[in-house]
Amino acid sequence: MKPASFEYHDPTTLAEALELMARYGEQARPLAGGQSLVPLMNFRLLRPAHLIDLNGIGELNYLTPAPDGLRIGANTRQRVLERGAEIERRWPLLRDAAGLMGPVQVRNRGTLGGSLAHAFPSAELPIVMATLGASMTLRKRTGRRTVRAGDFFLSAMATALEPDELLTEIEIPALPTNCGWSYQEVSRRHGDFALAGAASVVALDNSGAIIHARLTLTGSTPLRAHAAEPMLLGERPSESLFKNAAARAAENLEADSDLHASAEYRRHACKVLAGRALLQAAGRAAALIQGGLS
Amino acid sequence: MSTRQICVTVNGRQYSGAVEPRRLLTDFLRDDLGLTGTHVGCEHGVCGACTVVFNGEPVRACLLFAVQANGASIKTIEGLAPNPDELHPLQEKFWQLHGLQCGFCTPGILLTAEALLKEIPHPSQDQIREWISGNLCRCTGYLNIISAIEEAAKVLRANNP
Repeated sequence: MKPASFEYHDPTTLAEALELMARYGEQARPLAGGQSLVPLMNFRLLRPAHLIDLNGIGELNYLTPAPDGLRIGANTRQRVLERGAEIERRWPLLRDAAGLMGPVQVRNRGTLGGSLAHAFPSAELPIVMATLGASMTLRKRTGRRTVRAGDFFLSAMATALEPDELLTEIEIPALPTNCGWSYQEVSRRHGDFALAGAASVVALDNSGAIIHARLTLTGSTPLRAHAAEPMLLGERPSESLFKNAAARAAENLEADSDLHASAEYRRHACKVLAGRALLQAAGRAAALIQGGLS
Repeated sequence: MSTRQICVTVNGRQYSGAVEPRRLLTDFLRDDLGLTGTHVGCEHGVCGACTVVFNGEPVRACLLFAVQANGASIKTIEGLAPNPDELHPLQEKFWQLHGLQCGFCTPGILLTAEALLKEIPHPSQDQIREWISGNLCRCTGYLNIISAIEEAAKVLRANNP
């Protein structure tokens, strides 16, 4: 239960960190909050020869809200997301999910970028990013690129990050006005990883018809319900509409069996949670229009 | 084996030492500094026994390397009581209300509860449960722990009106 030896690097600028990533590539691991990486190292499932500690890089730690969206430095701790007043007001889905990322001791250290780059299948933040239409900025010494959430998560614990790249920024676009939201999950205990989960945002026009709908399920990667979302547009919220859309969304869900839950259970639970998420998001959207949401 | 020189403030006292980068903060505190009140349970971030307050926030010391604590200010359970003859109100209430049996999880829970009461002086039972959800106790069934935290909160509110 002790990690293997490694060489420790503590850059204080992003440029320095990218230089180290370029030099050591696959032999190196970046260390953010360490809440996923260090357990893997303690178990010796990972033995990186070089550890590049990002915690001293101040320029990766920021929350910048603007009218058209929110830019978040990858090193921003999960507790900061939970406490941000602007996040609570404009992206409450992110606040709700960040508060479920494990107990307070973990959220105090764990970072947004670290959770996304680890890409654990049942982590909360990846499906929230997919639902909010986030994009990730990936940097390496020789350049930068921007990848949408749907292209960032490749499979369980695999992302579009190249060995010499760092995830540096997450950008979340502004939501439509009066957008309702919901995050639903089943986990064995509070703060545990989700066995099944669903996230949704829904906006209505003044006549009560759906003008914006996004739905994502927890699978081996976050599964945006591209087939189900168009079924909702222009329709009025109803339980049967949402039940049908949820069933459609869960059709393509890849899930695994393990000792906690069978794949069949996970698919079924995701479908039920998707229906609940749509219903709650639409209900909140309606309440926001009436100015009645507390 | 290369080592790094680090300087850390623990419970208000400065310590320095040379550590291998792979040395966990738990082992540095216990074996190098002799502060064995920080307990080591699972060593992979599940049980919460190793919780310490790191720059003001409770964290798991088994998921930090000692090198990362260079320049940091840490509070361990040895730093909770105001002096050797007096208990912190949390310790007093855990003792009075049987908030512990074997005591293995207690240091981590006390430090987590102290941070909770600083942030939320009047927590609900649900908030207490949420905050201590990262600390496993296999003896008490938690009910006495929750009562002890509630009672300590009353004392602290009365002391700092």
